[in-house]
Amino acid sequence: MGYERQKDFGTPAVRSESQVTLTIDGRAVTVPEGTTVMRAASESGGSIPKLCATDNLKQFGSCRLCLVEIEGARGTPASCTTPVAEGMVVKTQTPRLEKLRKGVMELYISDHPLDCLTCSANNDCELQDQAAAVGLRDVRYGYEGANHLAEPTDHSNPYFDFDPSKCIVCSRCVRACDEVQGTFALTVDGRGFASEISAGQTLDNFMSSECVSCGACVQACPTATLQEKKVKEVGKPERSVVTTCAYCGVGCTFRAEMRGEQLVRMVPYKDGKANRGHSCVKGRFAWGYANHQDRITSPMIRDSIDQPWREVSWDEALTYAADRLKTIKAKHGARALGGITSSRCTNEETFLVQKLIRGGFGSNNVDTCARVCHSPTGYGLKTTFGTSAGTQDFDSVEHSDVILVIGANPTDGHPVFGSRMKQRLRQGAKLIVIDPRRIDLVKSPHIEAAHHLPLQPGTNVALLTAIAHVIVTEGLAHEDFIRERCDWDEYQDWARFVSDEKHSPEVLEGVTRVPAQSVREAARLFATGGNGAIYYGLGVTEHSQGSSTVMAIANLAMVTGNIGRDGVGVNPLRGQNNVQGACDMGSFPHELPGYRHISDAETRALFEQDWGVTLDAEPGLRINNMLDAAVDGEFRAIYIQGEDILQSDPNTKHVAAGLEAMECVIVHDLFLNETANYAHIFLPGSTFLEKDGTFTNAERRIQPVRKVMEPANGMSDWEVTQALANALDLNWNYTHPSEILDEIARLTPSFAGVSWERLEREDSLQWPVNEQYPDGAPVMHVDGFVRGKGKFVVTEYVPTDEKTGPRFPLLLTTGRILSQYNVGAQTRRTENVQWHEEDLLEMHPSDADNRGLKDGDWTKLTSRTGETTLRLKVTDRVAPGVVYTTFHHPATQANVVTTDFSDWATNCPEYKVTAVQVMPSNGPSDWQEGYVDLTERARRIEGEMEPAE
Amino acid sequence: MSGSTIETLRRMADQIARNFEVMGHTDAVEATADHINMFWDPRMKQQIFADDRDALSPIARAAIDELAEGVEPAHQTRATVFNSAHEAGHSDAG
Repeated sequence: MGYERQKDFGTPAVRSESQVTLTIDGRAVTVPEGTTVMRAASESGGSIPKLCATDNLKQFGSCRLCLVEIEGARGTPASCTTPVAEGMVVKTQTPRLEKLRKGVMELYISDHPLDCLTCSANNDCELQDQAAAVGLRDVRYGYEGANHLAEPTDHSNPYFDFDPSKCIVCSRCVRACDEVQGTFALTVDGRGFASEISAGQTLDNFMSSECVSCGACVQACPTATLQEKKVKEVGKPERSVVTTCAYCGVGCTFRAEMRGEQLVRMVPYKDGKANRGHSCVKGRFAWGYANHQDRITSPMIRDSIDQPWREVSWDEALTYAADRLKTIKAKHGARALGGITSSRCTNEETFLVQKLIRGGFGSNNVDTCARVCHSPTGYGLKTTFGTSAGTQDFDSVEHSDVILVIGANPTDGHPVFGSRMKQRLRQGAKLIVIDPRRIDLVKSPHIEAAHHLPLQPGTNVALLTAIAHVIVTEGLAHEDFIRERCDWDEYQDWARFVSDEKHSPEVLEGVTRVPAQSVREAARLFATGGNGAIYYGLGVTEHSQGSSTVMAIANLAMVTGNIGRDGVGVNPLRGQNNVQGACDMGSFPHELPGYRHISDAETRALFEQDWGVTLDAEPGLRINNMLDAAVDGEFRAIYIQGEDILQSDPNTKHVAAGLEAMECVIVHDLFLNETANYAHIFLPGSTFLEKDGTFTNAERRIQPVRKVMEPANGMSDWEVTQALANALDLNWNYTHPSEILDEIARLTPSFAGVSWERLEREDSLQWPVNEQYPDGAPVMHVDGFVRGKGKFVVTEYVPTDEKTGPRFPLLLTTGRILSQYNVGAQTRRTENVQWHEEDLLEMHPSDADNRGLKDGDWTKLTSRTGETTLRLKVTDRVAPGVVYTTFHHPATQANVVTTDFSDWATNCPEYKVTAVQVMPSNGPSDWQEGYVDLTERARRIEGEMEPAE
Repeated sequence: MSGSTIETLRRMADQIARNFEVMGHTDAVEATADHINMFWDPRMKQQIFADDRDALSPIARAAIDELAEGVEPAHQTRATVFNSAHEAGHSDAG
């Protein structure tokens, strides 16, 4: 589409059962009761001049430009703050109003630079538009009086500038920061003429303030006061394409605004159902990696990993790869081959990779990053509810009364949803946080958790059992719900188990280290506080009892009747953008797309007939088992699309040993990532901006990804996989991802009603989309569980085998921060490094004192697995005995110290519990130094003097 | 700390058994066997069948004995019940 600003109705939409009819400029208009006159006029095609109003913020009524006349009413009320009334007669254009508006505009323009022709917002400026709309032709006051035109610009933020000389102090930025983002970083400083927008304290600039760079203020600004640097650099966009963000599992919709083939900015799409027009620093600004100098756009091969890379043609690379794969298969059998699908790639691409592995390689050795993040969610929710998927849409949180967040950090990991959650909390919903670390949500502006239960890492099951004990023994169970929806006998078994005195908060306090009284109060609040919703993340799943914890969470939702309506539910916050989709597309080694076991002959026959192949009937290897088998010489070739297992998976040395043992490692990625150090074939990948397809977010929402520019490497990822398949003689001939989606719909019952055409028409669909749910299902289990009764499962606390002791007295837990994403391959190649240029180790002051360590010191972090060094951050966010770090930088590689221990049911690694020691250090570990050398050698490219990274 | 593959497989089997233990011995044996049958690659199964099973916990050992004899265990939890060819109800999305 050509470029035009997103429609702005001036004030938010109102939901009401009652409709009101009024007359605006002679036309009858019917709108929901509570709608403002401004919005009613806008919805009916009219346009009332405005400056301080915008439809994602509450009405404010300060600019006095939107004045209207209402029959029978005195004066000229502001239309943005006046609600409609039955029979109301409104005039928006009269000589009196024109005069008033012109007067208001004169005042604004008298203190505004008259540099429209050279202003970066020229022709994209609401002030300019409104000056034209009111017919302003001159300013009687002149321009020589006191003004703000000499105010200096704040360039501190890497992505946008703040130019106060252009500010009209409409407060839209301040209100966006407060109402939408919930950070409260901005304020109007001073009064009257001296009023000015200020970030943080007096001496702060945007970068040093609390600003999280979400972009809400930039989006809200009606002038060029807050504007993206890229617009200044490149110019006004000429066209826009609506697409889906490729960062976290929230799945925000953006308008990619383009000038020619150049991306100018990503602007959150107001009609996006997951993000409702909001964004975070990653999706909004951190897309520069797409054109980073490290990007590899030519295929490369080498015979062995000690050789430099050699750039070759696509044909040569694909033939080389196919020959190696065929040779290995002929010599060692199909089960020596496998691959890993990417949760960053589209459904269609993921579907093709598993199809290639199952149908082309001939094995079921296919896995995905869900193995190392939410695989326990799959096991736990399927066991209890019959199906594993987030039970709610994101809008549901607006109806929650008590929000329980366990093992998740939404403001950092899922920031756009975190802001939605904070909006509800500011409206009065109560918050319970279960986390070893005091995450930001525990106490932030206008929000304070009712209860923060800082448990010992590894004791989730014990704590949830203690909460269940209180609910059952104090008679707070929702018996009617349980009798109707769940298996009553199983409930009674479970209730007997949790009621045992040994599961009381008082007894388990010794395990969890959470005061019993806090546990009791939190349990009572959750059981009696109204709609209770549980949101959880990897702090639940990445444990040796990850699956048990998910089942304990499901038990808690069922015993309190918090399933099957808005405001409640069990909501896994998924890490990568398409991890839900990757699972849906058959990325696990035991099942085909649509969650059908590989051993089922009828299911296999469907695929065999469609694909013209014979499928192995036995489950394949999981990632960790592939690596074990590689070390044993049983697994010899792997195709990895869009994952960096060397950095992301636990026990780095073991991952390296597995990769090094393989004869053919094919890495298909944007960059020479850490895994590529061990690769023989590098197939350059494409970014989400360079392809069509679909992503499925944490709400099960299938959303279109649209190509906004041609792939820098010449092919979208689905085309690369197809080319590799054809080099293996598979004769695929898809011409567009819509054809792959048709195949998915044909073979996958939950996607039966999904098509590219329908997504183009309806923007998104939440699966299942089939005969039973023709329009999808926003909330699951509404009239009963999808499959049979809800099952209470007894979850006995089994302590992890990872123990602290004299050598390793501390527990390390790992996580993410706002500005970086996963292994950082994308975000490290953007200006986001200004917020987080290295991984730090957080330690409680008492532990630091005991070791003679202070803030900023280099420390050696050692576990039974390995050691690394990183700088220390002393903070009471973590409890004594617990240390915390992130895993965004390969220079530190936190996973050098994490262990092979994993979830009992799914082998999801136990990233969250590693016994460690921390001591002073004066330099990098031997491993780190060796790794730098290895990386430099591994990234040599023939004909280039310097390594690629 | 990474041990040999067989040590990993023993640990996996024992861990599964330990988490089913609360079901009681007989049911836990069946659940462990069912789980391994549905999720393990055939090589992993063959390796643990060929291993010294006395190294395993009693529940894991009994489960492996059963599988090694070719018994096809019945499904004990919904985790091992999958959609049939034309069904859409189950999901184990991770």
